[in-house]
Amino acid sequence: MVATLTRLFGMHNLALAEDVVQDAFCRALEVWKFRGIPDNPSAWLMATAKRRAIDALRREKTARTFAPEFERMFASEWTLAPTVAEAFTPESLRDDQLRMMFSCCHPRLSEPAQIALILHLACGFSVREIASAFLTGFAATEKRITRAKTVLAQSERLFEIDGAGDFATRLSAVRRALYLLFNEGYHGASPSTAIRTELCREAIRLSELLLDHPLAATAETRALYALMCFGAARLPGRIDADGQLLALDDRGRSRWNRKLIAQGRRQLERAAEPGEFNEYLIEAAIAGVHAAAPTGADTDWAAIVSLYDALLRLRPSPVVALNRAIAVARHEGPERGLEEIAAIPGRERLNDYPFLWAALGDCELRLGRTAAARDHFGAAARLARNPAERRFLERRAATCDADQPATACGPMAPSPITAKP
Amino acid sequence: MHRKATNVSEYLYLYRGGETGRTPEQAEIMMQKWMSWLQGLGERGHLKDAGQPLEREGKIVSGKGTTITDGPFAEAKDLIGGYTLVEAKDLTEAAELSKGCPIFEVGGIVEVRPIIKM
Repeated sequence: MVATLTRLFGMHNLALAEDVVQDAFCRALEVWKFRGIPDNPSAWLMATAKRRAIDALRREKTARTFAPEFERMFASEWTLAPTVAEAFTPESLRDDQLRMMFSCCHPRLSEPAQIALILHLACGFSVREIASAFLTGFAATEKRITRAKTVLAQSERLFEIDGAGDFATRLSAVRRALYLLFNEGYHGASPSTAIRTELCREAIRLSELLLDHPLAATAETRALYALMCFGAARLPGRIDADGQLLALDDRGRSRWNRKLIAQGRRQLERAAEPGEFNEYLIEAAIAGVHAAAPTGADTDWAAIVSLYDALLRLRPSPVVALNRAIAVARHEGPERGLEEIAAIPGRERLNDYPFLWAALGDCELRLGRTAAARDHFGAAARLARNPAERRFLERRAATCDADQPATACGPMAPSPITAKP
Repeated sequence: MHRKATNVSEYLYLYRGGETGRTPEQAEIMMQKWMSWLQGLGERGHLKDAGQPLEREGKIVSGKGTTITDGPFAEAKDLIGGYTLVEAKDLTEAAELSKGCPIFEVGGIVEVRPIIKM
């Protein structure tokens, strides 16, 4: 709704648009206090926001200018209300949200700022919610968002999605922002499972907006969407209700969301264009191979290895090479895995990366060398980047002491595209 | 629920004052508390009408209905923000029942007035 009101009021009145939406929300709460939450709360909220927007336009008419293309419509009582009503149709609201997303991916904003802005303006997250999702302080988040809005205010209007100008670059930036948003939900450090699931859900929802628009629904967009679907499908098996990372085993697999997997597969099929390789596509294909396996043992590791080969050609990085080595360990055995890990070009750059040591620990454990395995997992735990990761790796270290056979592999290694050693 | 016993009277709760200017998150928490409290009253058979919130600005009509001014401009702590109609066996019980009202958390008060019974 903020997006739609921004379109009507003009980008320079972004704050007014936000106030109106906030006001509508608070009024709704006042009434719902007494009458209970209605069956269709969002319809209720929208109707309230519409009314408050009309009030605001009437009240501010003499004090402000609005979006130039609507000034004439707002000048007359006959056309003011109908113009606002027209803007609040589902199609128009969705369209404006899409444009707002593009606007938020302003080239002068850093990627974290873009994501924070998208969450705030296109998804309605509060500053506190964003701070908690990214584990940054409230004040720092507030400052970042306020600064980002200043940059945004310099554009005169919401980004026009007509394929002209820098559309392709901007679309790329939007995809990247959504990808990072999804990863924050999937791999992120926030202890709240609820927040992380919501981040993934919003990323998927916004990607669906892209898919709905003919100019934005490119093969790369489909690949990204497929990747998100596969990831989200696996979420229930990945973190428990307390936000604890779970080791992936076959029990976790049974919790995977089959419908999302099917959805991902449909888009993946449409995303593969002959000769067109992109990182999202390969990552989606890898995720698809994992999703297709009914048990860990059935995973087509050979396929995954060759997909990582392709990814390495596009993006040679130690992290990608590590993920490939992990797949080789699964496919050809832990000795081969150790060889491949040792052979990673630039392997020293991974020394502070916990998953290098976790991978080594895994291989050693499979070879029955529990002491070495325990040391590696211990090293990994010390390098852990957040409490959930640390607890998971400490538990892996502890299982080396217990008299247990090598258990199934740990959580999927972090995404090669975003993981930084 | 509606008790038809004759030993039950009606009382009006008038909500006065209470902080405003909360964040959406705080407002949402308050809403849940209100709903919960009112629901509790309902389940115990005391709720006649859950009531409504009132806008802050209105009109004051006076002087044989000839004078209409903007108002009320009462002090914030006196301003009536809403009402609820409850059923209780006496004023003491009605006052007791209001103790769970979330308005106390934000510095407001509940004025409890018996409806005149014939």
